[in-house]
Amino acid sequence: MSEAAVKSKTVLFQITRQDGPDSDSYVEEFELDYRPNMNVISALMEIRRNPVNTKGEHTTPITWDMNCLEEVCGACSMVINGKPRQSCTALIDQLEQPIRLAPMKTFPVVRDLQVDRSRMFDSLKKVKAWIPIDGTYDLGPGPRMPEKKRQWAYELSKCMTCGVCLEACPNVNSKSDFIGPAPLSQVRLFNSHPTGEMNKADRLEEIMGDGGLANCGNSQNCVQSCPKGIPLTTSIAALNRDTTLQSFKNFFGSDRV
Amino acid sequence: MAGNREFLNRRLHSLLGVIPVGVFLIQHLVVNHFATRGEEAFNSASHFMESLPFRYFLEIFIIFLPLLYHAIYGLYIAFTAKNNTSRFGFFRNWMFLVQRVTGVITLIFIVWHVWETRIAAMFGAEVNYDMMADILSSPFMLAFYIVGVLSAIFHFANGLWSFMVSWGITVSPRSQLISTYVTLVIFIALSIVGIRAIFAFV
Repeated sequence: MSEAAVKSKTVLFQITRQDGPDSDSYVEEFELDYRPNMNVISALMEIRRNPVNTKGEHTTPITWDMNCLEEVCGACSMVINGKPRQSCTALIDQLEQPIRLAPMKTFPVVRDLQVDRSRMFDSLKKVKAWIPIDGTYDLGPGPRMPEKKRQWAYELSKCMTCGVCLEACPNVNSKSDFIGPAPLSQVRLFNSHPTGEMNKADRLEEIMGDGGLANCGNSQNCVQSCPKGIPLTTSIAALNRDTTLQSFKNFFGSDRV
Repeated sequence: MAGNREFLNRRLHSLLGVIPVGVFLIQHLVVNHFATRGEEAFNSASHFMESLPFRYFLEIFIIFLPLLYHAIYGLYIAFTAKNNTSRFGFFRNWMFLVQRVTGVITLIFIVWHVWETRIAAMFGAEVNYDMMADILSSPFMLAFYIVGVLSAIFHFANGLWSFMVSWGITVSPRSQLISTYVTLVIFIALSIVGIRAIFAFV
């Protein structure tokens, strides 16, 4: 592409905005000069420097969430051209124009593109997504983990609680209290750890409660949408097997942990 | 136990769809297929089913109660979903939507079908080859029966796939892919049985 063509090129954005948690949403358009290697975040920063929409009106800068800028923290997730994903890795050169940005409405919208993902962190607490190792004395080293198991467990540990899987899931919505794929997969991660396994039943009991695992309808959108390629539906199916056995243990009684 | 009522309800819903409702569906389609051997063969097969010992017990506990539970809880499940195939057009997401749509169609069809046959029988009508030939002589009812039967079979075949996931039988992606093909074959095979039986009355 010649220098002149690059100079005259512009990028058009249609951004779904909302002034506060209870306000109505509206769409505002912005046009920016094209620069090579832009991503959605650098474009939003550009709009913030000069918040003038396509009608020439001076408006408020757009609010969004971001942190690591390398698709590891999950904070900058939003719906870009209809697909939930991280805005830091959404390269302008790879997006169809006009570029439509909207908040992930599965979560409460704070303002513009910023959402409140607290429910996901609450879910992690609920399912005890940690390994209890504290004691009143040194408990010594834990059991070793087989290398093969470590390899697939590492994939599950890549979850950054970004919320894309909840946004994609048809069963996570205002009519249902389904916990969603991400925290379920964390149950499998911590249950597969040799020390975490000691509290396996506690975590399974939790996801067998209301809004838990059984709400999954197998649409499998989560595994298709996960930016980290986490095998979420394999985790869910494995937990289905574990909870089947756990429910038998609960009903008939068992001395196994 | 009260704490995980939803878990039990969902698992029961999944189980009842296969046993006994799915098994009953297969049996019903197979008995219907006698119609392809002529009026007499169908009438004697349906008479045999009618005169099974403990008929009311079998009907209530193997057909009506499980079906009623599966239908009512299934409607609740179908209407708590927020379908998004326009944004996420993946194969399984379409199956998720079609499972819910065929479930509702099947329920409407079954209510009508039971009213027309079993309830009519309670009021003295005789359920036999002539009755079905009479119903299916109307082009509208013929189309309605074809759609209803295909919906029921699809709902069963795809439901079998998700039953195997929900109970943790098929865990790995490969096993789930294989079961997709297996349930597809089940859908096609049962559809042939069901459609042949319908056209035997026309």
